[in-house]
Amino acid sequence: MIRKALGHVISCREVSRLLSRSQDAAIPPWQRWRLRAHLAICDACARLERQLRFLRLAMRKYVQ
Amino acid sequence: MPAADLSAELEAHRGYLLRVARLQLRDEALAEDVVQETLLAALSGSGFSGKSTLKTWLTGILKHKIVDAIRRKRREPVASAEFGDIEAELDIEDFDALFKANGAWEAPPADWGDPEEALNQRQFLDILDFCLQKLPPNTARAFMMREVMELETDEICKELAITANNLWVMLYRARMALRHCLEQNWFAQRTVGA
Repeated sequence: MIRKALGHVISCREVSRLLSRSQDAAIPPWQRWRLRAHLAICDACARLERQLRFLRLAMRKYVQ
Repeated sequence: MPAADLSAELEAHRGYLLRVARLQLRDEALAEDVVQETLLAALSGSGFSGKSTLKTWLTGILKHKIVDAIRRKRREPVASAEFGDIEAELDIEDFDALFKANGAWEAPPADWGDPEEALNQRQFLDILDFCLQKLPPNTARAFMMREVMELETDEICKELAITANNLWVMLYRARMALRHCLEQNWFAQRTVGA
Protein backbone atom coordinates (compact mmCIF):
# COMPACT_ATOMS: atom_id res chain seq x y z
CA MET A 1 0.00 0.00 0.00
CA ILE A 2 2.78 2.42 0.96
CA ARG A 3 4.86 1.25 -2.04
CA LYS A 4 2.02 2.15 -4.36
CA ALA A 5 1.49 5.51 -2.72
CA LEU A 6 5.15 6.43 -2.89
CA GLY A 7 5.28 5.26 -6.51
CA HIS A 8 2.81 7.99 -7.45
CA VAL A 9 5.09 10.69 -6.21
CA ILE A 10 7.72 10.33 -8.93
CA SER A 11 8.23 7.99 -11.90
CA CYS A 12 11.36 6.03 -12.85
CA ARG A 13 11.63 8.16 -15.96
CA GLU A 14 11.69 11.34 -13.91
CA VAL A 15 14.13 9.74 -11.46
CA SER A 16 16.51 8.87 -14.28
CA ARG A 17 16.55 12.52 -15.38
CA LEU A 18 17.02 13.77 -11.82
CA LEU A 19 19.87 11.33 -11.18
CA SER A 20 21.70 12.55 -14.27
CA ARG A 21 21.03 16.18 -13.38
CA SER A 22 22.32 15.65 -9.83
CA GLN A 23 25.73 14.84 -11.31
CA ASP A 24 25.99 18.35 -12.68
CA ALA A 25 23.99 20.61 -10.38
CA ALA A 26 22.55 20.68 -6.90
CA ILE A 27 18.89 19.72 -6.97
CA PRO A 28 16.38 21.43 -4.65
CA PRO A 29 15.73 19.73 -1.28
CA TRP A 30 12.14 18.76 -2.12
CA GLN A 31 13.31 17.02 -5.30
CA ARG A 32 16.05 15.31 -3.35
CA TRP A 33 13.44 14.02 -0.92
CA ARG A 34 11.28 12.60 -3.72
CA LEU A 35 14.36 11.02 -5.25
CA ARG A 36 15.47 9.38 -1.98
CA ALA A 37 11.94 8.13 -1.31
CA HIS A 38 11.79 6.50 -4.73
CA LEU A 39 15.28 4.99 -4.54
CA ALA A 40 14.43 3.43 -1.20
CA ILE A 41 11.76 1.26 -2.83
CA CYS A 42 12.89 0.88 -6.45
CA ASP A 43 15.72 -1.60 -7.11
CA ALA A 44 15.93 -0.72 -10.80
CA CYS A 45 16.54 2.98 -10.11
CA ALA A 46 18.90 2.17 -7.25
CA ARG A 47 20.92 0.22 -9.82
CA LEU A 48 20.82 3.13 -12.21
CA GLU A 49 22.20 5.42 -9.49
CA ARG A 50 25.13 3.06 -8.86
CA GLN A 51 25.75 2.63 -12.57
CA LEU A 52 25.83 6.37 -13.22
CA ARG A 53 28.34 6.79 -10.40
CA PHE A 54 30.39 3.99 -11.91
CA LEU A 55 30.27 5.63 -15.33
CA ARG A 56 31.78 8.81 -13.90
CA LEU A 57 34.51 6.73 -12.25
CA ALA A 58 35.15 4.88 -15.52
CA MET A 59 35.62 8.17 -17.39
CA ARG A 60 38.23 9.28 -14.87
CA LYS A 61 40.02 5.98 -15.38
CA TYR A 62 39.72 6.31 -19.16
CA VAL A 63 42.12 9.23 -19.11
CA GLN A 64 44.53 7.91 -16.50
CA MET B 1 65.33 11.92 -17.63
CA PRO B 2 67.56 12.19 -20.75
CA ALA B 3 65.86 14.00 -23.65
CA ALA B 4 65.97 10.98 -25.98
CA ASP B 5 64.28 8.72 -23.42
CA LEU B 6 61.59 11.30 -22.65
CA SER B 7 60.93 11.78 -26.35
CA ALA B 8 60.41 8.06 -26.84
CA GLU B 9 58.18 7.82 -23.79
CA LEU B 10 56.05 10.71 -24.98
CA GLU B 11 55.67 9.15 -28.44
CA ALA B 12 54.28 6.03 -26.81
CA HIS B 13 51.32 8.12 -25.65
CA ARG B 14 50.53 9.65 -29.03
CA GLY B 15 47.91 7.04 -29.98
CA TYR B 16 45.97 7.49 -26.78
CA LEU B 17 46.14 11.30 -26.95
CA LEU B 18 44.88 11.18 -30.54
CA ARG B 19 41.89 9.07 -29.51
CA VAL B 20 40.85 11.59 -26.86
CA ALA B 21 41.45 14.57 -29.17
CA ARG B 22 39.46 13.00 -32.02
CA LEU B 23 36.48 12.33 -29.78
CA GLN B 24 36.52 15.91 -28.60
CA LEU B 25 37.26 17.76 -31.84
CA ARG B 26 35.81 15.48 -34.56
CA ASP B 27 38.43 16.85 -36.93
CA GLU B 28 41.33 14.58 -37.79
CA ALA B 29 43.76 17.30 -38.90
CA LEU B 30 42.99 19.48 -35.91
CA ALA B 31 43.29 16.53 -33.55
CA GLU B 32 46.73 15.73 -34.93
CA ASP B 33 47.84 19.36 -34.58
CA VAL B 34 46.66 19.53 -31.01
CA VAL B 35 48.43 16.29 -30.08
CA GLN B 36 51.61 17.47 -31.75
CA GLU B 37 51.43 20.75 -29.80
CA THR B 38 50.89 18.76 -26.64
CA LEU B 39 53.92 16.54 -27.16
CA LEU B 40 56.08 19.53 -28.08
CA ALA B 41 54.95 21.42 -25.00
CA ALA B 42 55.71 18.38 -22.88
CA LEU B 43 59.14 17.97 -24.40
CA SER B 44 60.14 21.60 -24.03
CA GLY B 45 58.39 22.37 -20.75
CA SER B 46 59.74 21.47 -17.36
CA GLY B 47 56.41 20.80 -15.65
CA PHE B 48 56.64 17.08 -15.07
CA SER B 49 57.53 16.47 -11.44
CA GLY B 50 56.89 12.74 -11.45
CA LYS B 51 54.11 13.06 -8.87
CA SER B 52 51.34 12.00 -11.25
CA THR B 53 51.79 9.52 -14.05
CA LEU B 54 53.14 10.75 -17.36
CA LYS B 55 49.80 9.93 -18.95
CA THR B 56 47.85 12.05 -16.47
CA TRP B 57 50.24 14.96 -16.91
CA LEU B 58 50.05 14.76 -20.71
CA THR B 59 46.26 14.61 -20.55
CA GLY B 60 46.30 17.80 -18.52
CA ILE B 61 48.28 19.59 -21.21
CA LEU B 62 46.04 18.10 -23.90
CA LYS B 63 42.90 19.39 -22.19
CA HIS B 64 44.22 22.96 -22.30
CA LYS B 65 45.24 22.63 -25.95
CA ILE B 66 41.80 21.27 -26.84
CA VAL B 67 40.02 24.13 -25.08
CA ASP B 68 42.27 26.62 -26.91
CA ALA B 69 41.54 24.94 -30.24
CA ILE B 70 37.80 25.03 -29.61
CA ARG B 71 37.93 28.73 -28.71
CA ARG B 72 40.02 29.55 -31.78
CA LYS B 73 37.60 27.64 -33.98
CA ARG B 74 34.61 29.51 -32.65
CA ARG B 75 36.13 32.86 -33.52
CA GLU B 76 36.46 31.80 -37.13
CA PRO B 77 33.43 31.86 -39.46
CA VAL B 78 31.44 28.94 -38.19
CA ALA B 79 31.89 25.87 -40.35
CA SER B 80 29.90 23.72 -38.02
CA ALA B 81 28.91 21.22 -40.67
CA GLU B 82 31.29 18.66 -39.26
CA PHE B 83 29.34 18.65 -36.03
CA GLY B 84 26.03 18.16 -37.73
CA ASP B 85 22.68 19.38 -36.64
CA ILE B 86 22.67 19.98 -32.92
CA GLU B 87 18.86 20.20 -32.88
CA ALA B 88 18.59 16.48 -33.47
CA GLU B 89 20.64 15.86 -30.33
CA LEU B 90 18.50 18.02 -28.06
CA ASP B 91 15.40 15.88 -28.07
CA ILE B 92 14.87 14.17 -24.73
CA GLU B 93 11.87 12.24 -26.02
CA ASP B 94 14.00 9.63 -27.83
CA PHE B 95 15.01 8.23 -24.49
CA ASP B 96 11.43 7.99 -23.32
CA ALA B 97 11.39 4.71 -25.25
CA LEU B 98 13.33 3.30 -22.28
CA PHE B 99 10.19 3.80 -20.19
CA LYS B 100 6.57 2.77 -20.37
CA ALA B 101 3.76 5.29 -20.69
CA ASN B 102 3.34 5.33 -16.91
CA GLY B 103 7.03 6.18 -16.45
CA ALA B 104 8.20 2.76 -15.23
CA TRP B 105 11.20 1.03 -16.83
CA GLU B 106 10.55 -0.88 -20.02
CA ALA B 107 13.68 -2.99 -19.38
CA PRO B 108 15.21 -2.23 -15.98
CA PRO B 109 18.99 -1.95 -15.60
CA ALA B 110 20.64 -5.33 -15.08
CA ASP B 111 22.77 -6.23 -12.07
CA TRP B 112 26.38 -5.37 -12.87
CA GLY B 113 27.81 -7.18 -9.87
CA ASP B 114 31.07 -5.48 -8.87
CA PRO B 115 31.69 -3.21 -11.86
CA GLU B 116 34.88 -1.63 -10.49
CA GLU B 117 36.74 -4.85 -11.27
CA ALA B 118 36.22 -4.07 -14.95
CA LEU B 119 38.28 -0.89 -14.65
CA ASN B 120 41.48 -2.92 -14.42
CA GLN B 121 40.85 -4.65 -17.71
CA ARG B 122 42.20 -3.30 -20.99
CA GLN B 123 39.28 -4.79 -22.92
CA PHE B 124 36.77 -2.90 -20.82
CA LEU B 125 38.39 0.43 -21.68
CA ASP B 126 38.26 -0.61 -25.34
CA ILE B 127 34.54 -1.26 -25.00
CA LEU B 128 34.10 2.13 -23.30
CA ASP B 129 35.93 3.68 -26.24
CA PHE B 130 33.63 1.86 -28.65
CA CYS B 131 30.57 3.16 -26.80
CA LEU B 132 31.91 6.72 -26.75
CA GLN B 133 32.46 6.59 -30.51
CA LYS B 134 28.79 5.75 -30.98
CA LEU B 135 27.62 8.99 -29.37
CA PRO B 136 26.39 11.71 -31.74
CA PRO B 137 29.08 14.38 -32.19
CA ASN B 138 27.74 17.30 -30.14
CA THR B 139 26.64 14.96 -27.37
CA ALA B 140 30.11 13.40 -27.29
CA ARG B 141 31.76 16.81 -27.06
CA ALA B 142 29.54 17.95 -24.22
CA PHE B 143 30.04 14.70 -22.35
CA MET B 144 33.83 14.75 -22.76
CA MET B 145 33.97 18.37 -21.63
CA ARG B 146 32.05 17.47 -18.50
CA GLU B 147 33.52 14.09 -17.59
CA VAL B 148 37.05 14.16 -19.02
CA MET B 149 37.95 17.83 -18.99
CA GLU B 150 35.82 18.34 -15.87
CA LEU B 151 34.54 21.74 -16.94
CA GLU B 152 31.65 23.29 -15.02
CA THR B 153 28.29 23.34 -16.75
CA ASP B 154 28.27 27.09 -17.31
CA GLU B 155 31.70 26.91 -18.97
CA ILE B 156 30.46 24.18 -21.31
CA CYS B 157 27.29 26.12 -22.14
CA LYS B 158 29.40 29.13 -23.09
CA GLU B 159 31.74 27.06 -25.26
CA LEU B 160 28.95 25.28 -27.10
CA ALA B 161 26.55 28.26 -27.15
CA ILE B 162 23.72 26.24 -25.61
CA THR B 163 21.40 26.69 -22.64
CA ALA B 164 21.79 24.82 -19.35
CA ASN B 165 18.70 22.83 -20.23
CA ASN B 166 20.15 21.84 -23.60
CA LEU B 167 23.28 20.64 -21.82
CA TRP B 168 21.36 18.59 -19.26
CA VAL B 169 19.45 16.89 -22.05
CA MET B 170 22.67 16.04 -23.89
CA LEU B 171 24.43 14.76 -20.79
CA TYR B 172 21.35 12.69 -19.91
CA ARG B 173 21.31 11.19 -23.40
CA ALA B 174 25.04 10.47 -23.25
CA ARG B 175 24.84 8.76 -19.88
CA MET B 176 21.79 6.66 -20.72
CA ALA B 177 23.27 5.63 -24.07
CA LEU B 178 26.64 4.75 -22.53
CA ARG B 179 25.01 2.82 -19.70
CA HIS B 180 23.00 0.81 -22.18
CA CYS B 181 25.98 0.21 -24.46
CA LEU B 182 28.22 -0.95 -21.59
CA GLU B 183 25.51 -3.25 -20.34
CA GLN B 184 24.95 -4.80 -23.76
CA ASN B 185 28.61 -5.13 -24.68
CA TRP B 186 30.22 -5.96 -21.37
CA PHE B 187 28.14 -6.53 -18.24
CA ALA B 188 25.31 -8.55 -19.73
CA GLN B 189 27.85 -11.02 -21.05
CA ARG B 190 29.35 -11.77 -17.69
CA THR B 191 27.50 -14.14 -15.39
CA VAL B 192 26.73 -12.51 -12.09
CA GLY B 193 26.75 -14.80 -9.09
CA ALA B 194 26.01 -18.50 -9.33
